[in-house]
Amino acid sequence: MSVATQKKSSTPASTGAGMKFVGGAANYIDERTSISGAVKFLGRKIFPDHWSFMLGEISLYSFVVILLSGTFLTFFYDPSMVEVHYDGSYVPLKGIHMSAAYSSTLNITFDIRGGLLMRQVHHWAALLFVAAIGLHMLRVFFTGAFRKPREINWVIGFVLFILAMAEGFTGYSLPDDLLSGNGLRIIDGMIKAIPGIGTWISYLLFGGEFPGNDVIPRLYVLHIMLLPALVIALIAIHMVLLIINKHTQFAGPGRTNDNVVGSPILPVFAAKAGGFFFLVFGVIMLIASLFTINPIWNYGPYDPSPVSAGTQPDWYIGFADGMLRLMPPGLEFVVNGYTWSLNLLIPIVVLMLFIVIVMIYPFIEAWVTGDKREHHIAERPRNQPTRTAIGAAGVTFYAVLWAGAASDLVATHFRTTIEGVILTLQILLIVGPIAAFWMAKKIALALQRKDRELVLHGYESSRIVRLPGGEYREIHTPLDEFEQWKLVSFDEYAPEQLRPNARGKITIGARMRSSVSRFYFEDRIAPVTTKELESQKH
Amino acid sequence: MSRTLNRKGRRHPLSSLVLILVGLFVSGAAYAAVTGTATAADAPVSATQIEDGKKLFASNCASCHGLSAAGSAAGPSLIGSGALSVEFQVGSGRMPMSGSGPQAEKKPVQFTQPEIDAMAAWVASLAPGPGVPEASSLTGGDPSNGAQLFRVNCAMCHNVAGAGGALTEGKWAPHLKNIDPVHVYAAMVTGPQNMPVFSDMNITAEEKNDIIAYLKFLDENPSVGGMDLGSLGPVSEGLFVWIFALGGLVAITIWLSAKSN
Amino acid sequence: MADKKSDVVTSAGSAVSRPDRLQNPGFEPEHKRVHDESPERARGAERGISLLFALSGILSASAFALNFIFPIVPGDLMSTRYNNMFVGLAIAAGLLCLGVGAVHWAKALMHGHELVEERHGTRGGDATRARAVEIFQEANKESGWTRRRLLRNSLIGAFVALPIPAVALFRDLAPAGTPEEKLSHTIWEKGVRLTRDPNGVPIKASDVTIGSAFHVMPENLLEVEEGFLDEKAKAAVLLMRLPLDALNETEDRKSWSYDGIVAYSKICTHVGCPVALYEQQTHNLLCPCHQSQFDVSNQCAVIFGPAARPLPQLPITVDSEGYLVAQSDFLEPVGPSYWERER
Repeated sequence: MSVATQKKSSTPASTGAGMKFVGGAANYIDERTSISGAVKFLGRKIFPDHWSFMLGEISLYSFVVILLSGTFLTFFYDPSMVEVHYDGSYVPLKGIHMSAAYSSTLNITFDIRGGLLMRQVHHWAALLFVAAIGLHMLRVFFTGAFRKPREINWVIGFVLFILAMAEGFTGYSLPDDLLSGNGLRIIDGMIKAIPGIGTWISYLLFGGEFPGNDVIPRLYVLHIMLLPALVIALIAIHMVLLIINKHTQFAGPGRTNDNVVGSPILPVFAAKAGGFFFLVFGVIMLIASLFTINPIWNYGPYDPSPVSAGTQPDWYIGFADGMLRLMPPGLEFVVNGYTWSLNLLIPIVVLMLFIVIVMIYPFIEAWVTGDKREHHIAERPRNQPTRTAIGAAGVTFYAVLWAGAASDLVATHFRTTIEGVILTLQILLIVGPIAAFWMAKKIALALQRKDRELVLHGYESSRIVRLPGGEYREIHTPLDEFEQWKLVSFDEYAPEQLRPNARGKITIGARMRSSVSRFYFEDRIAPVTTKELESQKH
Repeated sequence: MSRTLNRKGRRHPLSSLVLILVGLFVSGAAYAAVTGTATAADAPVSATQIEDGKKLFASNCASCHGLSAAGSAAGPSLIGSGALSVEFQVGSGRMPMSGSGPQAEKKPVQFTQPEIDAMAAWVASLAPGPGVPEASSLTGGDPSNGAQLFRVNCAMCHNVAGAGGALTEGKWAPHLKNIDPVHVYAAMVTGPQNMPVFSDMNITAEEKNDIIAYLKFLDENPSVGGMDLGSLGPVSEGLFVWIFALGGLVAITIWLSAKSN
Repeated sequence: MADKKSDVVTSAGSAVSRPDRLQNPGFEPEHKRVHDESPERARGAERGISLLFALSGILSASAFALNFIFPIVPGDLMSTRYNNMFVGLAIAAGLLCLGVGAVHWAKALMHGHELVEERHGTRGGDATRARAVEIFQEANKESGWTRRRLLRNSLIGAFVALPIPAVALFRDLAPAGTPEEKLSHTIWEKGVRLTRDPNGVPIKASDVTIGSAFHVMPENLLEVEEGFLDEKAKAAVLLMRLPLDALNETEDRKSWSYDGIVAYSKICTHVGCPVALYEQQTHNLLCPCHQSQFDVSNQCAVIFGPAARPLPQLPITVDSEGYLVAQSDFLEPVGPSYWERER
């Protein structure tokens, strides 16, 4: 069976020399790899077209930028803590003792062509990478795109978020400067507080005492080999699952749970996505040419004795640093000669709990609704008021912790006391999420009610008519069927009725599920039905 | 316009405006004539600088520091604080303090240099204290040693790039951009308010010159990486990324996925 | 939704289904673009996009040239700044032109209709799954996996045991000895002089005036060859002098200070940052990392923030020449708390 003959008969009518070459090359490769199968499968796959579906792409493309700029940096960076004297061109550090890691980073900054640019591109891209993942996760959360069949992809994406944070942390620690060195000191202090094994974990990680001679080369291996390998592998699985499950889409005319409507990969989606890659790269490059990031020459080499006012980690570690700052005093107890540093253990436990809840949320919601169907329609946040409110509460919790990390800067910039800022944030940490939950739920329900009004009564057209009896009324333009469909096509859930199981027992699990279900769906707005619509028309 | 019935009378339509302007001018001039600043033309008749200084002190500082500068409940004693303290506090505008608060704030300088020198001379005459150095003696330091000393002794309050920082209970360490070298020297020697005292036995005169040289280097050399976002570190960088980078890219995605017209 | 590939109907849980819901109206009429109707506009767009691509190429080339127009001159920081800025801007502009051009081509000129692709349910069809089950059953029969339990269980046991040797490989990530030994001692000992950080010049008691703060390291630190920073990370000390009436000392510690001069560990008991901000009037020590505050006039008791223990005090005195010396090492481990600290 000759594939070659098939290929020849399918070459287009206009066969110049270029097309002959392409045809020949395609044939050569296909005869060895069956790649035409992949082209058939993927080439016209449909991707729906909404801006919020591109947030994952921002993270993917910034990761590519990170890989490119990072590779350049590896050619010049020396991951060694051996002490050297600096004799590069930055005058205020001339003759100073420092590690080879710090010295090579200074070298990249001041004496390598394009070095400073690549360093700044790399670091700005890293900040953007984690931010884009966060925003992408928020989009997926608030549109319910984590529901079946995408629960596993949510978990994978979540792990990618954690890995991205780890990549960032290991990366900014590599220059071995004063700021990141103090960050390592803090991490070491937290590790040491772990009961039983803490001092040993610290001892093994740092190759002895802090700071030792081994931690930078070890973080380097994590940063350029182990963690990127995991990230790349998980991104690959993430993309494969995306292709198998196809992308979700918002409800709309012609869009159902059983189809995908949008543009095909070739040519439109490839052009837009490819163009977007260059736009992301361009924006990062623009920022890196104009704005300083991580000015390590100001911080000086790491030394356990000096410290800078305004010592913060990169933004994505801020929530952890903030939690440390917000702990009240005196939370340490000695029991039987063993020290329980609750001022460190409570943040560790609470934050782990927080991220675990985020990770398993799809399974929690699936348990609450009992809905085992596949869902391919992205929901509008207002149509799931409780989920949206939970998300708002989570975001508020995270944001208060994040603000905590900047407590001293908030105090100086708003001319207030650090004590006042910290007290305010401590209160907000408890009150804020509750208030955010309540407000978000109320707003979502109100928006749903407004949607119902729109469907039943139409838009206010700003035309006023005066009726014969003297009454003034504003004319409402009814929605056309397409606009109507967008406002009525959402899933509606009712609280789960408590029923005895097959053996006639009401289990604790069933009780729990029923009360959580009530918490979720007690307050709900139903979509407008044809009957209601008919009764409106008079 | 009708000539027959001029309802506005014989006043010109712009007359109200002119009247207001005249009134403003007259009252302004009168005010300026009546209140004078304590300029040299209005200086006390006495010839010596110390006498001048004593008088200026009496009318501007004594309410808190006492007529003899021995202090009161409202302000500490200045006896022994030397001419250098006066040069720093008054020369940077911190004194006279305009209101109570956790710390004296830097604000526009209220006196001319001769007046400051006069007050400094008077305070110096009360008891021996640090004097004001010549600006030319504060040059030629080594910025490399200065940077290292700065990181160990100064950066924890003032930030590694001199961007300033927070202290307890609403106090702050101010930024150090474009500060007169004499004032940098003065602050180290006199230890204003909660700043520790860095005498020449702690940081030698030569080392102080090195620190001043480093600060000068920072002032003269803007960051190689571009605009520095205030040198505040990862907080401003993170805010920038979320607002401008991610914000800009989201705006681009909205453009990208919108239907073409 | 009934799964198309099988007869299984998945449970909808507590979802509400209403029989009289509105139905999907189908696709909206097509949206026409200016470039679809007018060929001249389309050609104009084509020219504009080609111009953008050409511009991108020119900008990339100029970025290369700018390296020579604004070279980095060692020692001239402004040259580095200009090189970074101009080369970066040219590259950025080239990338942005390419991106804008590609996106505009897609939006304005490429085929604008939306296409539809059917979904087929993620699970395999009933026949496929049955075949998959069959394959495993055949493999099971042919290997005897479930039948030959001894074989299976011993294999699982072997796999579980396989990684055990790796545990030994990890021990040498750290040197011999235990961490607590190292954590509980610093290089301070009786007679070691207090010296200035970083130049190592010894400090006389008369150097320390009221209101001053000295950053201190032990004089034997400069002799340490291996582990200089490790020892400094435990031995860093802050030296201050308070007026005697401002200093409240317990009886057992009255001998630890000298004429109002006190020395405290600089390593924060929270998580180890240097507690270096000394306020000479309030006698507060502030740590810049998490805002723990210690009151020097009350033996560095914690007055605010997450730290749980006061800073350890270094007992000091003067030697025969008037230099400040330590009387001994710290009487407790310095720095952050750890599990075995009190043992």
